[in-house]
Amino acid sequence: MSGVRKDCIRPVDFKHGRVDLTHGSGGRAMTQLIEELFLQAFDNEWLRQMNDQARFNVGAGRMVMATDGHVISPLFFPGGDIGFLAVHGTINDVAMAGAQPLYLSAGFILEEGFPLADLKRIVESMAEAAKRAGVPIVTGDTKVVERGKGDGVFITTTGVGVVPEGIDISGERAQPGDKILLSGSIGDHGVAVMSQRENLTFETTIESDTVALHGLVAAMLHAVPDIHCLRDPTRGGLATTLNELARQSGVGMKIEETQIPLRTQVAAACEFLGLDPLYVANEGKLVAICPAPFAETLLSAMRAHPLGQEAAIIGEVVADPNRFVQMQTAFGGSRIVDWLTGEQLPRIC
Amino acid sequence: MAIPYIDEFRDGDLARVLAAKIVAEIQPDRRYRFMEFCGGHTHAIFRYGVQDLLPPAVELIHGPGCPVCVLPIGRIDNAIMLAQQPGVMLATYADMLRVPASAGLSLLKAKAQGADVRMVYAASDALKLAQDNPEREVVFFAIGFETTTPPTALVIQQAQRLGLRNFTVFCNHVLTPPAMQAIVASPDGSGTAIDGFIGPAHVSTVIGTEAYHRFVAQYAKPVVIAGFEPLDVLQAVLMLVRQINGGRVEVENEYSRAVTPEGNRKAQAAMAEVLELRDEFEWRGLGLLPHSAWQIKAHYADFDAERRFVVPTLAVQDAKACECGAILRGAKKPQECKVFGNVCTPDNPVGACMVSSEGACAAYYSYGRFKMEAAR
Repeated sequence: MSGVRKDCIRPVDFKHGRVDLTHGSGGRAMTQLIEELFLQAFDNEWLRQMNDQARFNVGAGRMVMATDGHVISPLFFPGGDIGFLAVHGTINDVAMAGAQPLYLSAGFILEEGFPLADLKRIVESMAEAAKRAGVPIVTGDTKVVERGKGDGVFITTTGVGVVPEGIDISGERAQPGDKILLSGSIGDHGVAVMSQRENLTFETTIESDTVALHGLVAAMLHAVPDIHCLRDPTRGGLATTLNELARQSGVGMKIEETQIPLRTQVAAACEFLGLDPLYVANEGKLVAICPAPFAETLLSAMRAHPLGQEAAIIGEVVADPNRFVQMQTAFGGSRIVDWLTGEQLPRIC
Repeated sequence: MAIPYIDEFRDGDLARVLAAKIVAEIQPDRRYRFMEFCGGHTHAIFRYGVQDLLPPAVELIHGPGCPVCVLPIGRIDNAIMLAQQPGVMLATYADMLRVPASAGLSLLKAKAQGADVRMVYAASDALKLAQDNPEREVVFFAIGFETTTPPTALVIQQAQRLGLRNFTVFCNHVLTPPAMQAIVASPDGSGTAIDGFIGPAHVSTVIGTEAYHRFVAQYAKPVVIAGFEPLDVLQAVLMLVRQINGGRVEVENEYSRAVTPEGNRKAQAAMAEVLELRDEFEWRGLGLLPHSAWQIKAHYADFDAERRFVVPTLAVQDAKACECGAILRGAKKPQECKVFGNVCTPDNPVGACMVSSEGACAAYYSYGRFKMEAAR
C-alpha cells in the first residue's frame, strides 16, 4: 500500500470525471484509481498484496496460458460489454485446451478523456464475470494514451490454467470419421454488436451470448475424455473455426446446414444486412470434434448442461487433401464454406 | 428457424419437386443454356447449390449483372483521385472498397494511405455525412443498376431542398437492357449460344416487365424475370424450358409478388427528373455501349462531382491475363481464366469478378471450388 491516505484527498469522481494522463503516470492519481476502482472491484488476496506480480502455487500437470486483446465498437452492447468479453474470451481460450482456468491478468490501455463512469461500469462487469466464473483477476496494469491515440479503452487479458491428466485436445487431432458438434445457436454476438453500430442501428431483442464455457467443457470431458478438438468460434464465426481445424488437421469436413442451430431473429438480421451467419462472431459457443462412437454420449452431456441445451451434431470429418469444408444446403445442394476474405461486407443488391 | 416470406422460397422438398418437373420436361436431345443476368442470382445459385438439382442438359451462364464487376478501372481510378483531393470525404458502398485499380491501388489501400473513404449502406448515409461534416466536401460514389439508381436521384433532390453546398455525386449508374442487348449481339458470337435469360429481380421491381419487351422482340430470346431466392431460380428455369419446348419467345414474370408490368412509377419519375442518359458509357467486358448509363441533368449540376471536380476520362486496360471481360459476357467460365484460383483469389483479386460476392469468379472460388477439384 502506498502512502496515500484516503482522508486527505478527494475521492475519484466516477460520475463526471474523465481519464487524464495522470491516471497512467505512476503517481498518486494512478494509485488512487487502482485502489478505488480496480482493487475494490476485483478484490482478492493476490491483488491486496499490491505487488507488481501475483505469486500462486501451481498443481502438478501441464499448464495452459492464453492471451487475448479486446477492442470492440461499441463498448456496450445488448447482453454485455467489453469487460465481459475480456474475461470470458480468455477463460474460453484456456478452457478450449480442456484446462481448468485458474488466474487472469488484465492490462488496460485507456484513452485520455474516457469517462470514468464508463470505465467503472466495464471494470464492474469484469469483476462480475470473474466472480461468476470463479477465476480471479490477480494482477494488472493501466496505461493512458493521449486523446486520439486509442479508442476509449483496450483491454488485454491473460489466463493460466491446468490440464487434467489424460486430456489431449488440439486442433490437429481431427481424424476422418470423427463427428463435429456445436454447443448452440450461431451469430448471436455478432448481430447484437452490429445492431448498435452507429451507421447501422436497428432494433433487436438479440443479446450477445458472451459467457465463460469452462463449466461446459468440464462436463463434456467428464463424459468423454477423448475429445480430439475444442474451439470457440469467435471472430470469423463457425466457418472460420471449421476451416482452421480442417487446415491444422489436414482433413476435410462435411456439415449439414439443417443441423446448425440458428435463431430466427439472427437469421432475419443477417438476411437484411446481406451477411452469412456462418461468418458472424460468437462469444459463448464451442465446436467439439470427437470419435464417432462417443458422439451421442458427448451430445447428451452437452445438452444436460445449461450452456449446451441446443447442442447438435452438425457434421463429420472426412479425408480430403484439399481440406475443404463442404456443406449440404437446406435447399438440397452442396457448396464450400470457405475462409472469410477480408471483412464480411454487405452486398449492394 | 423460420423466417416468414423467405423460408418458403428455400424449401428443399419443393425444390426436389420442381427439379423433377424440369427433368421430366427437358427434351433428351437438346441443351438449354440460360444466362442469369444478375449477380444476385449467381450468388443464390452458388450459396444454395441450385446447379446440383438441375439435370446436366441445363447449363446456367453467369451474366454481367454485378455492378462492381462491370465498372471499368478508369472510373475506380477517378474515384480514388477524388478521395485523395484535400478536404474530400468519399462515401462508397462496401463492395467497391477492394476492387483493384491502377498502380496497385484500391479504395481500401488509398484509405490506408490517408484518403478519407467511408463505407455507407445507403445513399442517404452519404447525405447524412455531408450534413454532419459541413466543413468537408462529401462525394458519393454512386454505382449500380436500376436498383440503386432511384435512391441516388432522391438524395440529389433532397440535397437541393436542403441547400447543401458540400455534397456531390460521382454518378456511375448503368442500365440493364442495353447490357443484355450487348451480350446477345456480342461480336465474338457467344451471345447466340444463349437460349434464354433469367431476368433481374430487384432491377425489375423498378423498371417493370414492360422494359424487356423490345429486347425480346428484337433478339428473339425468352426472358423470365425471377426473384433472388433459390426456388425462384428453379421455377424460372422450368418456365424457360417450357417456353423453348413450346417454341414461345416471351417476357414472363416469375417474380409477380414484387414485379409489375409498369414497375415503380415513383422511382422512375425521380430518376427522370434528376438523371438523363449518357451518349455512351464504358463497361468492363462489354466496351462502350450507347445510352447505357445515367448522368446528372444540368439543373442539378451543383451536385455533380464530374462538374465540381476535374474527372478525366481514363482508358485503362484490364490486367492482360484477366478474362473478366469474356466471363462477364458469358463467353468463358471462370476456371478457363489462366489466373483463376492461383494469381487471382478473393484475397488478392486481379479482376473485379473475383471481388464482389456477386462476381462469377468469387462465387466459383468460394462456393464451387471443390467440384472443380473433383472433376480433375
